[in-house]
Amino acid sequence: MAHQSALIAEDIETYLSAHERKSLLRFLTCGSVDDGKSTLIGRLLYDSKMIFEDQLAALEADSKKVGTQGGDIDFALLVDGLAAEREQGITIDVAYRFFSTDKRKFIVADTPGHEQYTRNMVTGASTADAAVILIDARKGVLTQTRRHSYLVSLLGIRHVVLAVNKMDLVGWDRQVYDAILQEYADFAAQIGIKDYTAIPMSALKGDNITSRSEAAPWYEGPALMQLLETLPVEDDLREQPFRMPVQWVNRPNLDFRGFSGLISTGTVRPGDKIKALPSGRESTIDRIVTFRGDLDEAVAGQSVTLTLKDEIDISRGDVISEAGSPPPTADQFEATIVWMDDEAMLPGRPYLLKVGTRVVSAQVTEPKYKVNVNTLEHLAAKRLELNEIGVCNLSLDAPIAFDAYAENHDLGGFILIDRISNRTVGAGMLHFALRRSQNIHWQALDVDKASRAALKGQRGRVVWLTGLSGSGKSTIANLVEKRLHADGRHTYLLDGDNVRHGLNKDLGFTDEDRVENIRRVAEVAKLMVDAGLIVLVSFISPFRAERRLARDLQAEGDFVEVYVNTPLAVAEGRDVKGLYKKARAGELKNFTGIDSPYEAPENAEIVIDTTAMSAADAAEKIVAWLEGELDYSI
Amino acid sequence: MQAKAPAIAPETLTHLQRLEAESIHIMREVAAEAERPVMLYSIGKDSAVMLHLAAKAFYPSKPPFPLLHVDTTWKFRAMYEMRERMAKELGFELLVHKNPEAVERNINPFDHGSALHTDIWKTEGLKQALDKYGFDAAFGGARRDEEKSRAKERIFSFRSAQHRWDPKNQRPELWRLYNTRKNPGESIRVFPISNWTELDIWQYIHLENIPIVPLYFSQVRPVVERDGALIMVDDDRMPLRPGEVPMQKSVRFRTLGCYPLTGAVESTAATLPEIIQEMLLTTTSERQGRMIDHDQAASMEKKKQEGYF
Repeated sequence: MAHQSALIAEDIETYLSAHERKSLLRFLTCGSVDDGKSTLIGRLLYDSKMIFEDQLAALEADSKKVGTQGGDIDFALLVDGLAAEREQGITIDVAYRFFSTDKRKFIVADTPGHEQYTRNMVTGASTADAAVILIDARKGVLTQTRRHSYLVSLLGIRHVVLAVNKMDLVGWDRQVYDAILQEYADFAAQIGIKDYTAIPMSALKGDNITSRSEAAPWYEGPALMQLLETLPVEDDLREQPFRMPVQWVNRPNLDFRGFSGLISTGTVRPGDKIKALPSGRESTIDRIVTFRGDLDEAVAGQSVTLTLKDEIDISRGDVISEAGSPPPTADQFEATIVWMDDEAMLPGRPYLLKVGTRVVSAQVTEPKYKVNVNTLEHLAAKRLELNEIGVCNLSLDAPIAFDAYAENHDLGGFILIDRISNRTVGAGMLHFALRRSQNIHWQALDVDKASRAALKGQRGRVVWLTGLSGSGKSTIANLVEKRLHADGRHTYLLDGDNVRHGLNKDLGFTDEDRVENIRRVAEVAKLMVDAGLIVLVSFISPFRAERRLARDLQAEGDFVEVYVNTPLAVAEGRDVKGLYKKARAGELKNFTGIDSPYEAPENAEIVIDTTAMSAADAAEKIVAWLEGELDYSI
Repeated sequence: MQAKAPAIAPETLTHLQRLEAESIHIMREVAAEAERPVMLYSIGKDSAVMLHLAAKAFYPSKPPFPLLHVDTTWKFRAMYEMRERMAKELGFELLVHKNPEAVERNINPFDHGSALHTDIWKTEGLKQALDKYGFDAAFGGARRDEEKSRAKERIFSFRSAQHRWDPKNQRPELWRLYNTRKNPGESIRVFPISNWTELDIWQYIHLENIPIVPLYFSQVRPVVERDGALIMVDDDRMPLRPGEVPMQKSVRFRTLGCYPLTGAVESTAATLPEIIQEMLLTTTSERQGRMIDHDQAASMEKKKQEGYF
């Protein structure tokens, strides 16, 4: 801001009215600490006078204490904010920095370079208009340059700047620079980065940062700051069709019903015809309401409240779009997923998916391949681990309005949330809808669940017994079925071991296979309930998420969870099948309770403590519960 | 609040328009998804902007959440006046919480020092208030440009049932997608103006004509110089040290907190443009007037982990 200080001192009003008109550019920097990323940011802040004297004094003291620049100012200390980062000298999490010049305000997402922090880099990249990728001139295009470039391309960042740093250490040798550019050009073409600008620079010395350096007379392009000040922002968003995800229905009184949201793309005016998705209902914009009065026009990037001429049903999660070119709706997609959780992504497990303002349940039906982020190789995958990126098919429990991510980040970018831990476990980008979601319809049948149940004089239910191997599930289930059968009930017992001999004989005991095992059994149980049967399911079913899936498949009240609670020591002591012994000896992998977790139910309808109750009493308790709590004889 | 926005959108949205739209979007997400949100109100300039944004976000409705002031009883008198005025003018429900333990033990910065004072009144007081009312999402006016650990904090900052922040285990936050889900007892602190700078705040106050506490403007006020800071003698609870005589100086405050812990700066800036001018030409950062950041290295990060805002 130094260059503006004269104006600030002499005519603050003029300065302010100019500053109010500045635009905003969000960019991210990537590269490792060694590439001079933190130095570059420190330099940008320093040169735009965003470092104050007290911060500078603290920085100088810190530099002497823990710095890596031999007593010189270590800019990296300025930007590494967390205590752990300062101690270890690495950047762990994305940090946001702010500075402005007389042309523009900037928000910099400073992202970590190490592979284990890919998720943090993706976080920073998701909101960036531009990316500055650093290359150490001495080292050229490295594995991590490729990884960062791939992520930048994946996240669809429009403008890429290749900052070839530390040019002073190669004597500003043009041949070195040209060789790096040649190598990068081949790679960029491969990953679909069409357009980028390369700048030779020295962040440490300040060459080609704020102004063109005399050190490289052969370089004719802009200095970094000049480039950042002139890159176009949100250029074409307004030209696209109007889209606004509805955040909140604004109803201060009976006479006003508005729909509040942030306009994703396009422009809107009173009188415009709109369509609400996924319902497809149409209406016309009546008013664009804001605190400052009604607007005649609103554009992409503005937060507004719209009212319509007709009373149509619109709620949070819907998308209001231009009537003439609405987004398609679908419930099955191909998408790229970046996995962000320590616990791997399991196909078949239901996650919550949030896209725009909509939240639905989603399953990854089929991982197609994962990408080696360093070599871009496609590898076969059954699951995705932390920081892995894969292309997968997704199946949702309800249709959503969407656009391909490449066209609209708001309607094509999504996060996945674990239903139990509530953590954000993944992020993804929709490619396209799968055609089968439009072609397979439900066949309506005349004989339905109720009529089948009526004929049997009972209502179908699933009684789901879960517990450790050797807890006594099968014994209890067997007794329950005998009792019900004797009472004239129509029953079936699905036993974990038995099903694995047939329907599920292709499945093993990895986490993925366990999920698929449960999914199939839950679906079979659902068909049987539909047929009017009382289905006893006796499965270890160790994961909450899958039991939740099984529960969600059934109608409300049709699922009765029975937790057969036997302490591990007791079950292991019984060891009827000798499996615990094998597992302890390491002959059996992924054995529940030994080297694979068992997640106890939190809200089971019935809990059986087998240390305090015999199998016969347990069966009696379950039958009594069924007779008492649920009217199972219609 | 009389200015009328131009009816036609400008060629490119300005940085303040983009920041405003982002903040409003964040507030609406919380209102739509949280069960019991609250807006923490500290009466300072950032809080003033937050109130204004909330009024805009939900217009013509009133914001669907109350204001909560975690009071230390040691704020400037002018701040209490402002608090009552704003709650009334904007029609917010105002809740005030004072830690009963701090009241009983008469915790104050003079006898107990700034660290203990802040811990008991603010950190503990805030936790008590959130538990008492069962708030599951609390808006705060923190900005990322204020301090290094804030620069790394998410907009939706997840807290355990013990109100602890785990900086190494933050939820990824992508695009405009905020994950507001949590288990019973857990809560989320939400910072809608994370991406604003001090200059943005001042410019926005100027542009939108937002009322702020008069202490931000220079005026002749009674101060004593103590440990290198100018402390205003705001009421007679302030014990004067031997030889200390309040001086009349033209001063103002860049940041407002408990008066015994907030240093004034000598200044003649009496209008918003003058304040902005002074800020832009100054050579020290905003939090420098606050004693709490200097207590120890990484002190804010530590306080935040323990539940401080």
